[in-house]
Amino acid sequence: MSDHPSTYQPNSGIERWLDTRLPIIRFGADLMSFPTPRNLNYWYTFGAILAFCLGVQIVTGIVLAMHYDPSGVGAFMSVQRGIMRDVNYGWLLRGIHANGASMFFLAVYLHILRGLYYGSYKAPREVLWLLGCVIYVLMMATAFMGYVLPWGQMSFWGAKVITSLFGAFPVIGKPLTELLWGGFAVDDPTLTRFFSLHYLLPFVIAAVVALHIWALHVPGNANPTGVEVKSKSDTLPFHPYYTVKDLFAISVFMILFAVFVFYMPEALGKVDNQVMADPLKTPAQIVPEWYLLPFYAILRAIPDKLTGVLALAGALGMLFILPWLDTSKVRSMRYRPQYRLFFFIWIVACAALGWCGSQEPDGQILEGVKTFTLIDADLNSVTWLSRFASIYYFAYFLVITPVLGLTEKPLPVPDSLYTPVLSHPAGAPAGAAAAPETKG
Amino acid sequence: MADSIAHAQAHPDGPADPGRRDFIHIAAAAATLGGVAAVAWPLIDQMNPAADTLALASLEYDLSKVTLGQQVTISWRKQPVFIRYRTPAEIAAAKAADHASDLKDPATDASRVKAGHEQYLIVLASCTHLGCVPVFAQGDYGGWLCPCHGSQYDTSARIRKGPAPLNLVVPEYAFLSDTKVKIG
Ligand code: HEM
Ligand code: FES
Repeated sequence: MSDHPSTYQPNSGIERWLDTRLPIIRFGADLMSFPTPRNLNYWYTFGAILAFCLGVQIVTGIVLAMHYDPSGVGAFMSVQRGIMRDVNYGWLLRGIHANGASMFFLAVYLHILRGLYYGSYKAPREVLWLLGCVIYVLMMATAFMGYVLPWGQMSFWGAKVITSLFGAFPVIGKPLTELLWGGFAVDDPTLTRFFSLHYLLPFVIAAVVALHIWALHVPGNANPTGVEVKSKSDTLPFHPYYTVKDLFAISVFMILFAVFVFYMPEALGKVDNQVMADPLKTPAQIVPEWYLLPFYAILRAIPDKLTGVLALAGALGMLFILPWLDTSKVRSMRYRPQYRLFFFIWIVACAALGWCGSQEPDGQILEGVKTFTLIDADLNSVTWLSRFASIYYFAYFLVITPVLGLTEKPLPVPDSLYTPVLSHPAGAPAGAAAAPETKG
Repeated sequence: MADSIAHAQAHPDGPADPGRRDFIHIAAAAATLGGVAAVAWPLIDQMNPAADTLALASLEYDLSKVTLGQQVTISWRKQPVFIRYRTPAEIAAAKAADHASDLKDPATDASRVKAGHEQYLIVLASCTHLGCVPVFAQGDYGGWLCPCHGSQYDTSARIRKGPAPLNLVVPEYAFLSDTKVKIG
C-alpha cells in the first residue's frame, strides 16, 4: 500500500516462508512503520476514531440482525419488545448502535472540518479527498436506511419523504420511486430491501475505507502547516507515536459515547419513533436525524420541488469539486487569515442551517416579531434564515474560495513543518480552533 | 504443419487478416454487453412492485359512513386516500377560487369532483411535494396544511402555497350508486 522502503526483516523460518508466498506480515509491519509527519495534532486522530466507529456499528449491527424481523408487521415489535425488553442486553446493543450512528457522524464532521481547515484536499491528495466524500455519502445512505428499520412513525415518514425526493425528476421520477419502494407507497417491500442494503453498505464503506487509506499512503499525511515532508527528520514511525495518540483519542471519545449510551440514550431520538408506523397519518412535525438537518433546511429553503432537490444534491457536490475550486497555493488556513474568517462564518452558516432544519417551516426566529413580507414569507422567518445561510453556503465554495485564493496575501509559510514546533518549545501545537501559531 | 509455421514467421507482428480480428473483438464486446444487460435487467426489475402488490387494484367504499363535514382516510394500494363530505360553504369557497391567481396547478373545482356528487371530494392524501399526509382545517385556505414543509391546499385540495408543485391527485373512481364508490 505504501511506497516507503520496507524495513521489515522476517526473523524466523516460518516468517521467511510466508513472506515469499503472502507477504501479509510485511504489509502490516509497513503500515505500522509508515513515516508520519511529527507535528500532527489531535484533529488528526479522527481517522482512527472513524475506523473505531465503523467497527462498532458492524459488530453491534450483526448481533442486532440476529433478533430483528424485517417485515412490516414484525419490525416494530422485534425492536421495541424483542430487542429493547426481551433479548439479553438488547437494550445495550441497540443503544450503542443507535447512538453510534450519531457518534460516527460527529466524528466524520470533525474529520471533514479538519480537512477543510488544513487544505487536505489539495494536490496531490484529491483522490483521497474524493474517496472520503464517497464514504460520507455512503454513510448517509446507510444511516438513513438504518433509521427506517425500527419502523416507527419517524422511520416511516422519513423514508417516505427522502425516497420521494427522487420523484422530483421529470419523466423518470415516478417509475424510479416505485422501483425504490417496490409498490405505490413505502410499505413492507421497502422495509425489507432497506434491511438488505443496510446490511450491505457498511461493508462497501469498509472497502472504500481501504482505498482511502491506500490513497493516503501514496503521498503520506498532510499536516497542520501544509508544508510537505522534506526529510526523514520531519517524520516519526506511525507506531508507537500515533498508535498511542490515536488510542488515547479513542478513549476520550468513548467517554462521550458512553455518556450518551448510559445517561441519555434517547436524547438524539424522537419520541414519535416509539409509535408504530401508520401510513395514514403523518406526525405533527417530521424532522430528520440531527446530522442531516442542514441539508434538509436547504431543501426546504427553495419553494420549487425540483430545484430544492438539486440544491440539496449540489450542497454535497460542493465538497466533491472543492479541490478544483480552491485557487490558493497555500494549503493550511493557519497562513490564510482572511479565508479562515470566511471559513468560520461558513461553519456558523452550517449550524444555522441545522437549526433551521429542526424548526417548523413557517416558524419565526424572534418570537412574535413581524417585519415585512419578502416575496413569499416574512423576513423574520426560518424560511429566510435558511435562504440566507444557503446562499452563503454556496457562495463560500463557488465565489469566496476561488476568488480569495487569487487575491489574499497569505502570511509567511515556514520552510519546514518542523520550524513552528521548534519555535514553541513549551507546548504542543495548538488545535485548529485555538489561535494558530503566528510564525515570526 | 511446417508450411504454416513458415507462413507465421513471414508475418511476425500482425494477423494475416486484420478484418477478422476486428470482427472477433466487436462480436465479443457485443456479446458481453448483451450478457451484462441480460443479467442486470432481472436484478433491477425485481425491485419493481410485485404481482401481488399490483393485484390490490380497486376498492369499493360505502359513503354513508361519512357524514356532512367529515373526512375519512382509507388505504388504497397502500396509499392513503381522503374521502371528504364537503359543506356547502366549502364548495362555494372552492368554486369562488376557480380562477384565483395563486393556483399553481390551475383546475376548476368541477373538474375535481363528479357532477352531481360535488359534496364528495376524493383525493390521494399524499402531498405532491414529498408525500406526507396533509392535515385538514389548517392553513389559510380552509383546506389542508402539510406538516412536513408547509404546503397549503384549499377546499378543492388544490395547491395554493408552499413547495408542492401539484394539486392533490384525484384517483380514478366511479359512483356505483349514490352511496357507493369504486376507487381504481
Ligand atoms: C456504517 C455503519 C452503520 C450505521 C451508520 C448504522 C446506522 C443505523 C441506525 C441510525 C439505525 C437506527 C437505530 C435506531 O433508531 O434504532 C440502525 C438500525 C439497525 N442496524 Fe445499523 N448502522 C450501521 C451498520 C450496520 C450493520 C453492519 C448491520 C448489520 C450487519 C446493521 C444492522 C442494523 C439493524 C438490525 C438495525 C435495526 C435495529 C435497531 O433499530 O436497533 N447496521 N442502524
Ligand atoms: S411533503 Fe408536504 S410539504 Fe413537503
